[in-house]
Amino acid sequence: MQDRDHRQPKLELRGVSKRYGDFAALKRTDLSVSAGEFVTLLGPSGSGKTTLLTIVAGLSASNTGEIWIDGAEATNQPVHKRDIGMVFQNYALFPHLSVFENVAFPLRMRRTPESEIKRKVNRMLEVVHLPHVGDRLTRELSGGQQQRIALARCAVYEPSIILMDEPLGALDKKLRDQMQVEIKRLHTELGATILYVTHDQEEAMAMSDRICLMNRGGIEQLGTPQELYFRPTSKFAADFLGTSNLFGAKVEGVGETIDLSTGFHASISALRGADVGPGEEVDVMVRPEHLRLLKDGETADNVVPATFEGTMITGSVTRHWARLDDGTTIVALSLTTGPTLSFQPGEAVRFGWPKDGTVLIRPAREG
Amino acid sequence: MRAALARLATGVRPHLGLGPALLLLAIVFLIPVVHLLQLSFLDSAKGFSLEHYLRLFQTSLYVKILANTFKIAGLTTALCLICGYPIAYFIATSAGRGKAFLVLLVLMPFWTSVLVRSFAWIVILGRHGLLNQMLTAAGITDAPLDLIYNLGSVLVGMTHALMPLAILTMLAAMQNIDANLSQAAGTLGARPSQAFWRIYFPLSLPGVAAGGLLVFITAVGFFITPILLGSPQETMLAQIIVIQIDEMLNWGFAGAVAVLLLIASIAVFYVFDRVVGMSALTGDMAPAGAGKQGFLSRAGSRLGYALIAGLGWVCDYLGSGWDRIFGTRGPHGGRRYGVPIAAILVVLFLALPSFVLVPVSFSGSSFFQWPPVGFSLKWYDAFFSSPIWRSAMIRSVYVGLATAVLSVAIGIPAAFALSRGRMVGKTALMAFILMPLVMPHIIVALALFYSFSKIGLVGTSLGLVLGHTIFSLPYAIVTILAVLKNYDIRLDQAAWTLGASRLVAFRRITLPLISAGVITAFLFSFVKSFDELTVALFISGGVATTLPRQMWAEALLNVTPTLAAVSTLILILVTVVILAGEYIRSRQPSS
Ligand SMILES: Nc1ncnc2c1ncn2[C@@H]1O[C@H](COP(=O)(O)OP(=O)(O)OP(=O)(O)O)[C@@H](O)[C@H]1O
Ligand SMILES: [Mg+2]
Repeated sequence: MQDRDHRQPKLELRGVSKRYGDFAALKRTDLSVSAGEFVTLLGPSGSGKTTLLTIVAGLSASNTGEIWIDGAEATNQPVHKRDIGMVFQNYALFPHLSVFENVAFPLRMRRTPESEIKRKVNRMLEVVHLPHVGDRLTRELSGGQQQRIALARCAVYEPSIILMDEPLGALDKKLRDQMQVEIKRLHTELGATILYVTHDQEEAMAMSDRICLMNRGGIEQLGTPQELYFRPTSKFAADFLGTSNLFGAKVEGVGETIDLSTGFHASISALRGADVGPGEEVDVMVRPEHLRLLKDGETADNVVPATFEGTMITGSVTRHWARLDDGTTIVALSLTTGPTLSFQPGEAVRFGWPKDGTVLIRPAREG
Repeated sequence: MRAALARLATGVRPHLGLGPALLLLAIVFLIPVVHLLQLSFLDSAKGFSLEHYLRLFQTSLYVKILANTFKIAGLTTALCLICGYPIAYFIATSAGRGKAFLVLLVLMPFWTSVLVRSFAWIVILGRHGLLNQMLTAAGITDAPLDLIYNLGSVLVGMTHALMPLAILTMLAAMQNIDANLSQAAGTLGARPSQAFWRIYFPLSLPGVAAGGLLVFITAVGFFITPILLGSPQETMLAQIIVIQIDEMLNWGFAGAVAVLLLIASIAVFYVFDRVVGMSALTGDMAPAGAGKQGFLSRAGSRLGYALIAGLGWVCDYLGSGWDRIFGTRGPHGGRRYGVPIAAILVVLFLALPSFVLVPVSFSGSSFFQWPPVGFSLKWYDAFFSSPIWRSAMIRSVYVGLATAVLSVAIGIPAAFALSRGRMVGKTALMAFILMPLVMPHIIVALALFYSFSKIGLVGTSLGLVLGHTIFSLPYAIVTILAVLKNYDIRLDQAAWTLGASRLVAFRRITLPLISAGVITAFLFSFVKSFDELTVALFISGGVATTLPRQMWAEALLNVTPTLAAVSTLILILVTVVILAGEYIRSRQPSS
């Protein structure tokens, strides 16, 4: 893990941007992906994920910037010379070719000998668990099967970079879970570098080495799923991944810990590390799973008083809602274990969390 | 600087595919036409003068002919729309095999030359023709009637020639009308006739208007039918052009007549655009008068709506009266008998006449006579043993093939550019490409004759091919565009990412998938060129004659059954080609 940073990046974007007329679909973006890494572009619709992907593939030209692959500039390299595989959102299987010929297509383009084509295609069809459909036309397959063929076609020639644009978007939940596992397996088996697009945050968390969170044509935050989840640097990031409790606070002092005052008569503290100074207004985020409903006499690093609102058991987890003095609603999450604490709506309760659960977010630099 | 150049390059790139098409149109269409128009303002000493225009209006002769032209074109248009509407409606609202068959029956005459179909009417309406024979045999008349060489026969011939165009245009518009609308109206309490007149009919009006416009513009430039089926009283403007060139080679005056024709056409276009809007021409359904806030058109559409509502009530009244007499009808009301019967009669009117030429071609007599006398193959023999006919046939075939190849080769990139490119002025470019179709052919032919004569292309096959391509290209582009509309560009992108170069991806992925459209475009271009007469009349001459040109020359001298034999051969060829095209199209996998 440690030496990854010293290696040459597999794929590098330097100041790449794309405009459509006056509209910036992608603002100047830098991104570096190491060999073998699984990086996910995550973001709401229209945030520029597909735009970034098509620029990497060479399917559309960027207005500025450079693209480097394996230490060589590839900005103006034609698509078919980039050694890139792409799985399209609608699969883009060739309707006039059989399944076998679809998978064989990239090999034929590379003038692979016939015997080897046969061997490789058949092996690949086995890898995706569809060894018997070679003679069929692609439209005779189900959605999930078509998806696997698209994967097989992309993986059969072992491209060193694979781009996937919401490959599972059209599948139902169960099939999606299954395919996630298969894609991960392919990833490790082939050792490929994967740039993956989704707007499903769970999918992104489950599969990625790193997540590149995109918003309005720019990168909002880039980091491991843990970093994004537990150390979001913006309200957008905090909100987009999982649920979050957010409220405003003011930095009172920076010492051993960072001490903050809030609008609801409780002072709280956070671990040092955030780059803030005394007097600064910040946003505080606490994940629901860090929040604990305190019993009488129990205490924690941070304690806030609140008015209890309700409880809901959703299978293995239980959610508690409450309202802070200033009107903010907060949610706490705990595993469903045995009989729950029973509070009545309207009752005064206390919530507590450890100081390493306090995440400070500097208010958005406007723009 | 480099960035600016690059931006310019990306701005131009989507248009690149259009380059060849635009170049061809500019050189073989735009420049010659402009030249011709200039010519009409020059006197014999090449100085500016209005002498030709003065001559046009000196006597009442040409004004009368202009009026006559408008009258004939107007009547033809009305007949085409009134008779064509039921069949278009019937096709649009029916489904399955029957529908495809009906479309085919309309397409066949659409692609069969006006020349051949005029000959058919000579057989039917002539003094010793089919109709007179039947009337006499039935004892209805004693002596043969004068059914031909009058306004009636010209109208019959022209309506027959142009109704397929009207039907196909109306059909295109009708197919965009949501069938659920009429049903929705039904659930809201409208009788079928009311649902039709208040919902369907108004929605189909832009299509009707578009069909009317195309028919009118084409009819205004007609000369074949009035010459073959009319008397001097039915002389139309285009005939004057032919005469001026054929007999007097008076360029300036012919040019002035062409300008008159052009101005008349533009005036019609202008009125059309004001009232309906040009988008109706391409089948895009815009509600009539949408976006136009002019008082006249608003008042016009109010009036139109009132009229239509009135029609609905009248029909409703008649319908319910009918109900009272005959009991209630099924949910489809009038469609059950009335519309299908009308539709089938019209289709028979369109499809059958050409086939009377088949028996005549085997006749032993030397006239277009009905019933044919005896059985003889001598007319075919005459055809195949005559070097003139044979070489005309061969020339027509290879000019047709070359035209088709050229049209498709230029049409494919153009269609791609139009369907893929996010370009400025797309509508204007499309209009320019379609222009040769909506401008009276005779003007283009005349313009080409003049320009080609300057550069020695008259009487050459190259000149013919270029001239024909101008008219085939719009069909080719529109046909290919239609398949590209359903084509997913991501298939190409997928092929590129899989290692195919642009060329390979085009050959192995794009082309196979759009082949049906390309082949259809090829066949249509071929047929269009094969029986084209107007351009051939001017451009081909002497030894370089084409089949229709030779038929025309022969027909002006003497109408013999040889023409029926040639027509039969052409009918067979066109039928085979169109059937092949339809077969290929029907096998195209729908995406
Ligand atoms: N060809 C184009 N012309 C104009 N605007 C475009 C074009 N392609 C994309 N855009 C715009 O650029 C922005 C980013 O588009 P992009 O397709 O990259 O979004 P995305 O993140 O992939 O969204 P989704 O999750 O919906 O697929 C959008 O606002 C879109 O409307
Ligand atoms: Mg997208």
